[in-house]
Amino acid sequence: MGRHGSIGAHERCDVTESVELNHDGHGGGDDATRRDFIHIAAGAAAVGAGVMMAWPLVNQMNPAADTLALSTIEFDLTKVAEGMQVVIKWQGKPVFVRYRTPAELATIKAEGAVGSPPETDADRTKAGHEQFLVVIGSCTHLGCVPTFNSGDYGGWFCPCHGSHYDASGRIRKGPAPRNLDVPTYEYVSDTRVRIG
Amino acid sequence: MSDHESTYVPKTGIEKWLDSRLPIIRFGADYMALPTPRNLNYWYTFGGILMLCLVIQIVTGIVLAMHYVPNTEMAFASVERIMRDVNGGWLIRYVHANGASMFFIAVYLHMLRGLYYGSYKAPREIIWILGCVIFFLMIATAFLGYVLPWGQMSFWGAEVITNLIGAVPVVGEPLLIWLRGGPAIDNATLNRFFSLHYLLPFVIFGVVVLHLWALHTSGQNNPAGVLIPKERTAKDTLPFHPYFTVKDGFAIILFLILFALFVFYMPNALGHADNYIPANPLVTPAHIVPEWYMLPFYAILRAIPDKFGGVLAMFGAIGVLFVIPWLDTSRVRSMRYRPTMKVFFVIFVIVGLGLGWCGAQLPDAQVVPGMPSFMLLDGQLNSYLWLTRLLTAYYFAFFLIIMPWVGLKETPLPVPASVSEPVLDGGIPEKKG
Amino acid sequence: MTIQNGTPSTVFKIVASAVAALSLVAVAAPAGAAGGEAKHPRSGGFSFEGPFGTFDQAQLQRGYKVYREVCAACHGMDLMSFRNLGQPGGPFYDSHFKGGPADNPYVRVLAAEVQVADIDSETGEPIMRPATPADRFPNPYANATAAAGANGGAAPPDLSVMAKARHDGANYIYSLLSGYVPAPEGLQIAPGQYYNPYMAGDLSPFWTGDPDHVPSGGFIAMPNPLADGQVTYDDGSPQTVDQYSKDVAAFIAWASDPHATERKRTGMGVLAFLFIFAGLTYASYRRIWKGIAH
Repeated sequence: MGRHGSIGAHERCDVTESVELNHDGHGGGDDATRRDFIHIAAGAAAVGAGVMMAWPLVNQMNPAADTLALSTIEFDLTKVAEGMQVVIKWQGKPVFVRYRTPAELATIKAEGAVGSPPETDADRTKAGHEQFLVVIGSCTHLGCVPTFNSGDYGGWFCPCHGSHYDASGRIRKGPAPRNLDVPTYEYVSDTRVRIG
Repeated sequence: MSDHESTYVPKTGIEKWLDSRLPIIRFGADYMALPTPRNLNYWYTFGGILMLCLVIQIVTGIVLAMHYVPNTEMAFASVERIMRDVNGGWLIRYVHANGASMFFIAVYLHMLRGLYYGSYKAPREIIWILGCVIFFLMIATAFLGYVLPWGQMSFWGAEVITNLIGAVPVVGEPLLIWLRGGPAIDNATLNRFFSLHYLLPFVIFGVVVLHLWALHTSGQNNPAGVLIPKERTAKDTLPFHPYFTVKDGFAIILFLILFALFVFYMPNALGHADNYIPANPLVTPAHIVPEWYMLPFYAILRAIPDKFGGVLAMFGAIGVLFVIPWLDTSRVRSMRYRPTMKVFFVIFVIVGLGLGWCGAQLPDAQVVPGMPSFMLLDGQLNSYLWLTRLLTAYYFAFFLIIMPWVGLKETPLPVPASVSEPVLDGGIPEKKG
Repeated sequence: MTIQNGTPSTVFKIVASAVAALSLVAVAAPAGAAGGEAKHPRSGGFSFEGPFGTFDQAQLQRGYKVYREVCAACHGMDLMSFRNLGQPGGPFYDSHFKGGPADNPYVRVLAAEVQVADIDSETGEPIMRPATPADRFPNPYANATAAAGANGGAAPPDLSVMAKARHDGANYIYSLLSGYVPAPEGLQIAPGQYYNPYMAGDLSPFWTGDPDHVPSGGFIAMPNPLADGQVTYDDGSPQTVDQYSKDVAAFIAWASDPHATERKRTGMGVLAFLFIFAGLTYASYRRIWKGIAH
């Protein structure tokens, strides 16, 4: 490819000129600027062709249409028992849907805005459905899946590097930089959520 | 050419530092300054075109391998998923599929050019042999690649072609099972074919490097077929860049236009509709045909009534190309100055196309519909079987009889003393532009 | 034939004709493919033919309706998902819905009309639920053996890429579906077989009439699936077998190559660019080689 890819890119007018003079001693009667322009335009077109050919090769690595089509799932909340969580898979990642007990809710509500960034539990749930917490179940440190109902704060404990989350999924202790992420979701009915 | 001295002078400190450690810039600069026969015509642009084809196939192939699944259950659907769901996947896959055909169009023209201008003759025998190796590897790669979409033609093509191995006496059967990884074409076969299809292009690339190395050692041939002595280098050659970069570049763009017409407007014209039917080991298509570029060899295979004989003839048709440098007895390289051989060459080209045509027909079908004929040995005379045999006979005769015989007997036209020195008769026309 | 220092035009004329000859060989290949003589398909006059042709969206919508109400009873389209119906160029594409095909309410409704098999995520029991845009078209049969068993041994082929899997695909599908005629006198038909003049095959073993006039076509295991008035069209298009056949052939042609319109449009841009590029390079070439004998 090397020899051809370089038609335009390396085509410098001074090279052309010296070669022509070397071999035939003719300089041509053309205006030098115009000659430059033709070679530069052809070179630019070659570069353009290269870029155009490169783009599909890069873009093919972006998520394909069938992958994107799985970006939304619906979930029936009646499947979660009080005090338990259900882990569902969404976009290849675990999502925790946790039905918190009144005792857990009382504890986390009393704490106000904590974690990183400081958030109240109300910031992380939907009004009228405060008992349900929906968070992405990968530790914001390096992506391990935290263990349910363990750690110092009654939420989750990440076994990889020791991050402690509370029952609102907020980081309270350990190396994780952020609270567990809350995905975009909405209630399509009283007992059904659509995630994504 | 071979004794071309480096004119590269490192300018900056970094260039000097690099030049004494890895003279890669010098290599590139020398390549660009390579003295090239000034009379090379457009038939000489196919080398560059082929290099582009190889790069296109490798790059698109690597990308397709990111999405393709080499499993009999999923291969067909994964190819269709590339065409439907992967971003721009339809383009990449059509470029790769049609790219194989474009590659063969270019390689056949490149080979015919070499044949016409005597590019295989001393001191260029190794260049030619390496080219034959590349051609053989290309056929292998294309065959392996055609199996991957796991359509009906993929499957049955693989079935028929691997069965050729079974024709080998004694070891044929165990060899066949070893090659397939089982008693039939199945998942094991698909997996190894995928692996080898990925590997071979890089082997081809390696042989291409040798091909170019040999080319730059013995120097390029030219349409006049005369050697360029050292003292005439300045007069008879031009530096590769910009003269031949721009000429090759222009030819490449015209080739890309043809390529684009196929990819965007008739992407499936060169393929077979049956390959969009998922492979079914229980149903054989009515008429199994290989891709168009294999048809001449497929025709030769079928021309021989004996199974092993057919296999030998088919491989012999490729094998004979390797010894052309020693079959041609002529003192003159270029057929431009060989009027008799030129006629045989034109017939050879027509015979090649004819063999391709025959390869796509049913052997028993009539060549001239309705014309009465008689049985000759095992078939009607007016059948593709006998036409194929006739053409096959010419194919081998061209190399084994005509080439040595005409070379000794014919009186060539006066050959110019050098590239830039026309002779009275048959010299190089001085042309502008 | 002389191969001299040709000008680009003559050299490439030769190249072009060689290529044309080669592609002729390739194109000719399927011609001999049919064992017998099938009737050459009639033209459906489709809007998507030719380098500028595009799919007629209303026709694709009607075609989907025919597929769903008639064909889908026996034929799967395993490679199709409901979301495909709403993708750019698809039958129900509407640029108003920014969220992509899944956001398109038509697609959601069309998907929900069909029940698909699933596994209950809690109990692991097999269940049926309304499809979502991400779901694939459900196959009417559990597996290929069941499909063959329910149809006298001939599994109805998948229609996802049918237009690419037959020579002259769309016209062939149209001709076959609208081409059922009573079997000619003297043709011996086995039970579960039907005569169609467009079907590939060789009828000579089953023909008791004049051996020089074997009827064209072959046997097909599918009885005539369409009847006038069978599918209700809302857009006033004629509710005839001919129109149904055309519409469903168009739908299958789109499903076989859903990016065809995008491909042709891209091709225009690429070719325009290449012609300009060729012109510039040729000008550059002429300047570089100006006055140089070769």
